[in-house]
Amino acid sequence: MIINTANLNLYYHKFQALKNVNMSIKRNLITGMIGPSGCGKSTLLRIFNRMNDLIEGVRITGSVLIDNDDIYAPVYDLILLRKRVGMVFQRPNAFPLSIFDNIAYGPRVWSISDKKTLTEIVERSLAAVDLFDDLKDDLRRPALSLSAEKQQRLCIARLLAVEPEILLMDEPCSALDPIATGKIEELMLDLKKKYTIIIVTHNMQQAARIADEVGFMLLGELVEFDTAKTVFTNPKDKRTFDYISGRFG
Amino acid sequence: MKDKIAEKLLLFIAFSAILSLSLITFFIFQQGIPLIFKAGLGNFFSLRWAPTRGGFGILSMVVGSLMVTIGALAVGIPFGLAGAIFLAEFSSSTIQKTLKPVIELLAGIPSVVFGFIGIVILVPFIREIFGGPGFSVLAASIILGIMILPTIVSISYDALLAVPKTYREGSYALGATKWQTVVMVLLPAARSGIVAGIILGMGRAIGETMAVIMIAGNALKIPGSILDSVRTLTSTIALELGYAAGDHRAALFACGSILFLIIIFLNIIATRITNRK
Ligand SMILES: Nc1ncnc2c1ncn2[C@@H]1O[C@H](COP(=O)(O)OP(=O)(O)OP(=O)(O)O)[C@@H](O)[C@H]1O
Ligand SMILES: [Mg+2]
Repeated sequence: MIINTANLNLYYHKFQALKNVNMSIKRNLITGMIGPSGCGKSTLLRIFNRMNDLIEGVRITGSVLIDNDDIYAPVYDLILLRKRVGMVFQRPNAFPLSIFDNIAYGPRVWSISDKKTLTEIVERSLAAVDLFDDLKDDLRRPALSLSAEKQQRLCIARLLAVEPEILLMDEPCSALDPIATGKIEELMLDLKKKYTIIIVTHNMQQAARIADEVGFMLLGELVEFDTAKTVFTNPKDKRTFDYISGRFG
Repeated sequence: MKDKIAEKLLLFIAFSAILSLSLITFFIFQQGIPLIFKAGLGNFFSLRWAPTRGGFGILSMVVGSLMVTIGALAVGIPFGLAGAIFLAEFSSSTIQKTLKPVIELLAGIPSVVFGFIGIVILVPFIREIFGGPGFSVLAASIILGIMILPTIVSISYDALLAVPKTYREGSYALGATKWQTVVMVLLPAARSGIVAGIILGMGRAIGETMAVIMIAGNALKIPGSILDSVRTLTSTIALELGYAAGDHRAALFACGSILFLIIIFLNIIATRITNRK
């Protein structure tokens, strides 16, 4: 177990977006979160690196433990949490800087300024997302000149550069075509050896292809959480069955 | 029918505006440029300004204009940027909504008021602390720097707000603090807007007349230090046009033409930079 939530509730002002969520996420697995639009998948994901803190009027009750530390405890170091738990966004959000500066961003935030160390980190991170051979001579190019798929890879590389333990991915392929999606999925399967991945996806096939465990959410509730096999072939809850068999959503 | 008339009327008004601007431009150049060639470029860009006795050198005034402009930027850029960053990133939306219009209102204060404050407070202060006449490059730079603050703050603020939210999120998600996010992502991303604001402020500084006449001292020489008095192109035109005649008058128009060219040049650069993504 790496992440545990207990009786987790989240309110946007009066509106309750997460209802009593209890789940355990295991190390070095890919956990997929599925459910219809607006059910709270992104909200749940943003719980784990406390990105919801940036939104005005958010109130959270219950507990979220990572390695048995309560990440919402007042003494918990938020900045350190963001280093341990990295996030890839729905649309690639490479900064309007060079490829090198994008990947060196995290390490620089963490006060690494030695040129040689930075270069090593940049090269290692690019290699980890299979971009190094493509870009090794172009590190000074603006990152925004890359294709969407490569930008998304770059964003993953930027994340790996700070050596996180957990990767949160919020529909990382929704801006990509099927071929690029396939490549990113391969990359995730490769990354799972070293990292724990939680991915939100609209796409049930994608969850079935890559996730080890799957959570199904509906209207802020975690309806079902089990191995991918069970959820997709033998769901316990009727609502899960209806969703995966395409009755709604 | 009514629409047609309104349309024609608007068109007519728009054309009159453009026409009068073109006429002014044409008039300034037509009055000024011939003198530059009559006097010769060597004379025109020399130090000897004695326009009633054939000396048409504007060099010390060009240098004067550039010095107070650079001085104004040295004051205006750091304070203006700091103000914009504070407003855009470190203050609540209530503060933003109150402070931004107030700052923009500052742009409407007549320059004679700034000049007056300069004479009453700043000039004596400089004279006492640093010595010298007090009427100086330094005094003009500080007052002009304050006068261009609204331009720099409000344009830089807009540029910072226009930076997509996703950049901020990406930066915070990597563990960056607010300040790191500002320095490492937001400022680079907003750079073109900020530079445009600075250049517009620069145009305002170089064209400012009244405040400068009141506090710069207007001595006709290249200043040796920032405590020396200085005269700008705009001051010369305003001070001398009242009694100038003949070639002297033409020489003032030539000063105007040069000023005009400098400002057009700055505006072109500003538009170029803003349009570039
Ligand atoms: N900042 C916010 N303020 C108020 N309500 C919000 C906010 N963000 C999300 N919500 C609401 O919370 C609910 C859950 O939103 P969330 O974005 O987590 O859903 P999602 O499952 O990720 O949906 P999608 O699949 O469309 O991305 C929605 O009803 C949404 O309207
Ligand atoms: Mg979402």
